[in-house]
Amino acid sequence: MTREEIIQSENLVMAKPRLMNDTTMHYCPGCSHGVVHKLIAEIIEEMGLEEKTIGVCPVGCAVFAYRYLDIDWQEAAHGRAPAVATACKRLWNDRLVFTYQGDGDLACIGACETIHALNRGEKITVIFINNAIYGMTGGQMAPTTLVGMKTSTCPYGRDPELHGYPLNITELATHLEGTAYVTRQSVHNVMAIRKAKAAIKKAFTNSMNGIGSNLVEIVSTCSTGWKKSPVEANKWMEDNMFKFYQIGDLKDVRR
Amino acid sequence: MMKKIQGAIVINEERCKGCALCVETCPFGLLQIAVRKVNTQGYPYVEQTNETDCTGCANCATVCPDACISVYRKKVL
Repeated sequence: MTREEIIQSENLVMAKPRLMNDTTMHYCPGCSHGVVHKLIAEIIEEMGLEEKTIGVCPVGCAVFAYRYLDIDWQEAAHGRAPAVATACKRLWNDRLVFTYQGDGDLACIGACETIHALNRGEKITVIFINNAIYGMTGGQMAPTTLVGMKTSTCPYGRDPELHGYPLNITELATHLEGTAYVTRQSVHNVMAIRKAKAAIKKAFTNSMNGIGSNLVEIVSTCSTGWKKSPVEANKWMEDNMFKFYQIGDLKDVRR
Repeated sequence: MMKKIQGAIVINEERCKGCALCVETCPFGLLQIAVRKVNTQGYPYVEQTNETDCTGCANCATVCPDACISVYRKKVL
């Protein structure tokens, strides 16, 4: 069988999701953001919510997310995405509203908004990309940076005496009454990507059914900030990040 | 005779950033980063070294952050 006979539209197994625009992504090679964008596009398409989804962009690497996914977007001030999402969801109750935030946006400047929006039980989904570093601004220390991890503002490693301990905001969210589904996933291999997709889909379904607030943390890599190749960054994440940020469902009220 | 699954992939070389995550993921090691070739973005891109052994498992397309791999699969007798 020739290659031309196989490459027919009826044999197509996987391609770029229909909801992804034909724009070149500004992300670095191997960035986890691309995979998560792809999963969100696939899930919204599968749920048939193309015309009913409102995403809220953060400030950070994912600030241009509105250029890549063909859904409605709202840009929020730094860290204020859950507050904007609260307003959107309360005004349009039949819409799927989600925020897409990095660790600098969600766990540092927006920690207050995040915790209060989750605690109020707003019917939104918060997607939290945690790569333990400030990727966009040049690899500075984030609240989620691991103890001993080297960044450009802690070149000798994070010292708890001087810099404090990493903030595990997902564990914190499990203790809030308003949260329905809190999970931590990663996208470093095929199995993990499939699990992450199922988790995001579950969170979106909860949001549409009006069941509490949902937090999906994706433990990600930042190969540029970590000064590693994408493959090495994945390995480093498996060896170091997963010890502190353990993968799995942390809270599920519907189970 | 046993049914065989034959796959084929199409790589959008202009969008590829050469992160090599697909090279690591391919269970048969059929992908490699092109030697001394770059696209208009300035990145070395990935290419398929062997077309006959591909089963169309779509692992490469699943991990691709830029969604630049399309996968086709067909059963052959």
